Amino acid sequence: MTENATAPLIEFAGVTKRFGALTVLDNFNFEVAPGEKVTLIGPSGSGKSTVLRILMTLEPFQEGRLTLDGLSYQEPGGTGPFRASERHLREIRSRVGMVFQSFNLFPHMSVMRNVAEAPVRVLGLSREEAQARAVDLLALVGLSDKKDHFPSQLSGGQQQRVAIARALAMRPRVLLFDEPTSALDPQLVGEVLAVIGDLAHEHDLTMLLVTHEMRFAREVSDRVCFFDKGRICEQGTPDAIFTAPSHPRTCEFLASVLR
Amino acid sequence: MMYGFTWDTATPLTYAWSILPIILIGLTVTLKAAAAGFAIALVLGLVFAMLRRSRFRSVSWTTACVVEFLRDTPLLVQLFFLYYVLPEYGLTLPAFLTGALALGLQYSAYTSEVYRGGIEAVPRGQWEAATALNLTRMQTYRDIVVPQIVPRILPAMGNYMVAMIKETPVLSVITVLDMMALANMIGERTFEYLVPLTMVGLIFLILTLICSAGLHRLQKVLPKAGIPLR
Repeated sequence: MTENATAPLIEFAGVTKRFGALTVLDNFNFEVAPGEKVTLIGPSGSGKSTVLRILMTLEPFQEGRLTLDGLSYQEPGGTGPFRASERHLREIRSRVGMVFQSFNLFPHMSVMRNVAEAPVRVLGLSREEAQARAVDLLALVGLSDKKDHFPSQLSGGQQQRVAIARALAMRPRVLLFDEPTSALDPQLVGEVLAVIGDLAHEHDLTMLLVTHEMRFAREVSDRVCFFDKGRICEQGTPDAIFTAPSHPRTCEFLASVLR
Repeated sequence: MMYGFTWDTATPLTYAWSILPIILIGLTVTLKAAAAGFAIALVLGLVFAMLRRSRFRSVSWTTACVVEFLRDTPLLVQLFFLYYVLPEYGLTLPAFLTGALALGLQYSAYTSEVYRGGIEAVPRGQWEAATALNLTRMQTYRDIVVPQIVPRILPAMGNYMVAMIKETPVLSVITVLDMMALANMIGERTFEYLVPLTMVGLIFLILTLICSAGLHRLQKVLPKAGIPLR
């Protein structure tokens, strides 16, 4: 990474994550600068989704250090699998948002409510303020006319766009995308990528994207990281990774997906 | 004579007609006991189910023991215990309240299992989305989980409601004057049990049929996705 005047927003230092006997992240080191758009690619099971899930506090890790915006994920003397209090974890979560592969919209809530609920409950906005925010965001993702629909009445692509609006409504500093188009029919992928692509121009928003859409990764990212067996085995600018990969595993992977 | 009503045992029909007001007074007690008991079971069952999912091993384990105990001891024993033993320790509750509490406690053990099944059937992604939106656990239960499990748990809850209604006569053993107790008393005085007991049976049948029909109706109108929030 080039020398940057600002401190990294996210810093993994020697993080090891195990599921039983399986080591998913192995002494993992990774830094993300504020506003950076980073794409994580690699074969499945290589640990890239786990990086996002750890950042979102959905998974604890066993060893190493992780900080986000100066906050350490583990507190000294913290208990439980996360070795941190719920209050501390919520402090971290207030800075992070996530978009899931399977959208995970709340099926019993209207689109409007899906987007406006957490700002009311968590940020303490009034219903009116939250709905105004939701209206703006739904316009941003091109779904102004769907605000009174329920998720089951929307296509997958529309649902994922609502999920993006929902995550943005919390004004996170970091937005995580965990294979946001993998569950979509091919003809719906484009509309979701277009929204994510627009967001990539927001220079305050830090984005981490796990995807198999290589062409898209090349267009939107500042940096591409190739994962293999719980480590980043090669990273660089999209051009460097896609045109001149140096590691044999990267070459092999790209050859298999870029056919 | 009872509650100011006299009975006429000339024919079964006049007998039935004359004691109907008394039985109906008992019915209101039965209904109140069932309603109070089921309200307790609905609330307490959810609390048990949530405590059982607590991250703290001591809390979930203790709750599991309490639920198991309530589930595996007879209602009658619990009823006598609350009614006769607690007063020895200075806690005296009116018979009706004791009865409703005993019904509620026992059935909360059953409903907690229904809630638990419902909660476990909520996809993990829903919890993860709630976490990602920084909702607290209480908010997640209230806004995300409970509204979604209602359609799923409704049939099982309905069964327990009907079962509980049918168990209310047991309260007569601690002097609650429900429909069954009154019918029995009428029988004792007239030496005519057939009519009052048949009436009680029929009224229970009507009651449970109404409940079943209502639940069926509710299941049809309630969206599968849960209580809709706009």
